Amino acid sequence: MRRILPFASCLALATPVLAADMNLTVEIPTLKVAEYHRPYVAVWIERDDHSVAANLAVWYDVKKAGGEGTKWLKDMRQWWRRSGREQTMPIDGVSGATRPAGQHQLRFSDGKPPLGTLPPGHYDLVVEAAREVGGREAQRIPFDWPAKAPVHLSASGTEELGQISLDLNP
Amino acid sequence: MKHAFVRAALGIALALPLAAQAHKMWMVPSATVISGDDAWVTVDAAVSNDLYYPDHFPAQLDQLVVTAPDGSTVKPENPSTGKYRSTFDLPVPQKGTYRLALVNQGLFASYEVDGQKKRWRGRPEDVRTAIPANAKNVQLSEIASRVETFVTQGSPSEGALKPTNRGLELVPVTQPNDLVAGEKATFQLIVDGKPAANLKVVAINGATRYRNAQDEMTTTTDKDGKFSFAWPSAGMYWVNASTEDTKTSVKEAKQRRLAYTATLEVLPQ
Repeated sequence: MRRILPFASCLALATPVLAADMNLTVEIPTLKVAEYHRPYVAVWIERDDHSVAANLAVWYDVKKAGGEGTKWLKDMRQWWRRSGREQTMPIDGVSGATRPAGQHQLRFSDGKPPLGTLPPGHYDLVVEAAREVGGREAQRIPFDWPAKAPVHLSASGTEELGQISLDLNP
Repeated sequence: MKHAFVRAALGIALALPLAAQAHKMWMVPSATVISGDDAWVTVDAAVSNDLYYPDHFPAQLDQLVVTAPDGSTVKPENPSTGKYRSTFDLPVPQKGTYRLALVNQGLFASYEVDGQKKRWRGRPEDVRTAIPANAKNVQLSEIASRVETFVTQGSPSEGALKPTNRGLELVPVTQPNDLVAGEKATFQLIVDGKPAANLKVVAINGATRYRNAQDEMTTTTDKDGKFSFAWPSAGMYWVNASTEDTKTSVKEAKQRRLAYTATLEVLPQ
């Protein structure tokens, strides 16, 4: 009985998520500029050969009349080259409206879209931001999947991105 | 809710060429330093987000005023307005400095009809017919904007650079076609001929597509309206200042919005 208890409490903590997951926090910095537009942001997972394993998020001006918001998707130029130009917007479960300055939390589970089933291996999480009449920045966080133990990883943006953290759970 | 409303209004402002303050107006000549009497320059003119990539709206060439070194007004050749940019050619047979200017003097109106926000821009004499009688919350402002660039054949000259003393204008202290990377250049801004003190001035080098940041330089005019930039590198710099006052020439307009923009070429040492 004494032996089982810790195991049971462990289970209780871990449930209901049995599959591996990743918790991502993307910070959009507050900028003091005369003309501010919310940045376009893309989040994706790259294999070692830079091919895209999964698109996790694309924030752009979805509401602009006549789909005109897609005009600036190419300004996220790494994402555009690696994946964006092959996509038909909007991407179900991936794309959404631009977000204000602040921290944004995203959670992805193994086996569920948009992450899907990622074969074990080494990957880069990439976050790219491009702002109208502003700048453009990309940050990457290398990681191994699946994590054997909970891992906390992070990267710091300098201009268009703030703190980015990636928590992996086995 | 208020935020959403402001955003919607901004969206409209962006969509309309009328409210071009969100975008950059510019003229880019194919060359600014010319040798030879039979030379021509060809010029692009547009309103865009990035410098100098036409991606939004062409400039209106009916606003174009080209002043030759002898002070005469000359007509551009082959004017054409396309989807995203206007172009024209200019023969430069005279020795000295030519001033190319897009001069916009007009009225800007915002009003509501049946709860719908409307905007209008045009000439003062058309405002009465343009705005419907049932319009509410009519707000009129006068617009005085000037977009310039300079081209010099042979030695620089002053004849084309005399201010009109109307609106916001640039008076060169350093000759605008004698700008070199690493050297400081000084100019004066004037409003209706008087020094425009304490005005923010912005300078951005072109080719923004090939870098990750705007790399905007800013300075402020001193009490004499003078400002300086030490150009960090060669390029086509977009220099801009804007202000507003209440010195309107149309009595219905309460406010006057003034803007000045120049494209200045800085050559390598």
